[in-house]
Amino acid sequence: MGRRAGAPEVNAGSMADIAFLLLIFFLVTTTIETDAGLDRMLPPIEPPEDDVVIKQKNIFQVSINKNNQLLADDELTEIRNLKAKAVAFLDNNGDGTCSYCKGAKDAESSDNPTKAIISLKNDRETKYSTYITVQNELVGAYNELRNRESMRLFNRPFVDLEAEYLNPETDDDLKEELKEKVKRIQDMYPQKLSEAETSSN
Amino acid sequence: MSKFAKKKSGELPAVSTASLPDIVFMLLFFFMTVTVMKDSSLKVENNLPSASEIKKLEKKDRVITIYVGKPTPEYAKVFGTESKIQLNDKFADPSDVGDFILMERAKKSQELQNVLTTSLKVDKNANMGIISDIKEELRKVNALKVNYTTVTGDAFTNLQ
Repeated sequence: MGRRAGAPEVNAGSMADIAFLLLIFFLVTTTIETDAGLDRMLPPIEPPEDDVVIKQKNIFQVSINKNNQLLADDELTEIRNLKAKAVAFLDNNGDGTCSYCKGAKDAESSDNPTKAIISLKNDRETKYSTYITVQNELVGAYNELRNRESMRLFNRPFVDLEAEYLNPETDDDLKEELKEKVKRIQDMYPQKLSEAETSSN
Repeated sequence: MSKFAKKKSGELPAVSTASLPDIVFMLLFFFMTVTVMKDSSLKVENNLPSASEIKKLEKKDRVITIYVGKPTPEYAKVFGTESKIQLNDKFADPSDVGDFILMERAKKSQELQNVLTTSLKVDKNANMGIISDIKEELRKVNALKVNYTTVTGDAFTNLQ
């Protein structure tokens, strides 16, 4: 007579327990990570066809020795002061052609931001963490100047603009618009950061 | 009048837990979809340095990762305590980096092959020598876009 009642209902009361078990498993194993870091372009291996002569005053030489000490333009410098020095160098505007620069117009320093080059040299024994800090400060110097111009022109920091431009969720129309802005600021202060070959002594 | 009196006599009704599985399943699906399973286990110490001027690495399929650091204690007996390179699951020499990049590049689809980024996950305490060797190898195979992967934070904490 029990048969006539049809198939017995399956007890679903423990479903929650099973689901919880799975949930806890995934909770524990999940690492939601988006990696972030400093983007750099390495120089191509073939040397450029024509050797360009660069004036000494347009190069800001930064060297790190094996004791993690920093030499910026032949002066022993604390890393904390590096950013300010780099900004002063990039923004110097020695030949007066840069209308938006606010630098000191020192004749001994860089001509204008498009010619200014920062050269970073390190020793084989230099610690990676020091190297990253120095890179961070130099990128920071560029970002500071770019942010300043971006705030003046578009009333928005450059890093903000760029982040939105690079974000894959931004839609295409906005991207086109942002691309122009980003390009304009980048051309004002092009990032010319050369990484010379490492010295071994 | 009896209408109102009746309710008072009863105790608090039990909260229905019938929808609990649904809620839990919802959470479960969320975590299932966002989970990224690790594809290689780390054999080197990997305390990344911190930096503040960083850019996000979007799109995992365009990234090739190279780990550098001291071998972890269990491997230190065999491989020593000097910084080593880890490619996928094994230790490698700087001279293997080029081949590794070419191999990984070949695995990607055609349109991605030109936009690949090499993410360098290097331990804080590594020396620049090994990094320079890697950079040299990367230049040889024309993998010029690199990302020094760091954690977000004040860069000066690296110096301590």
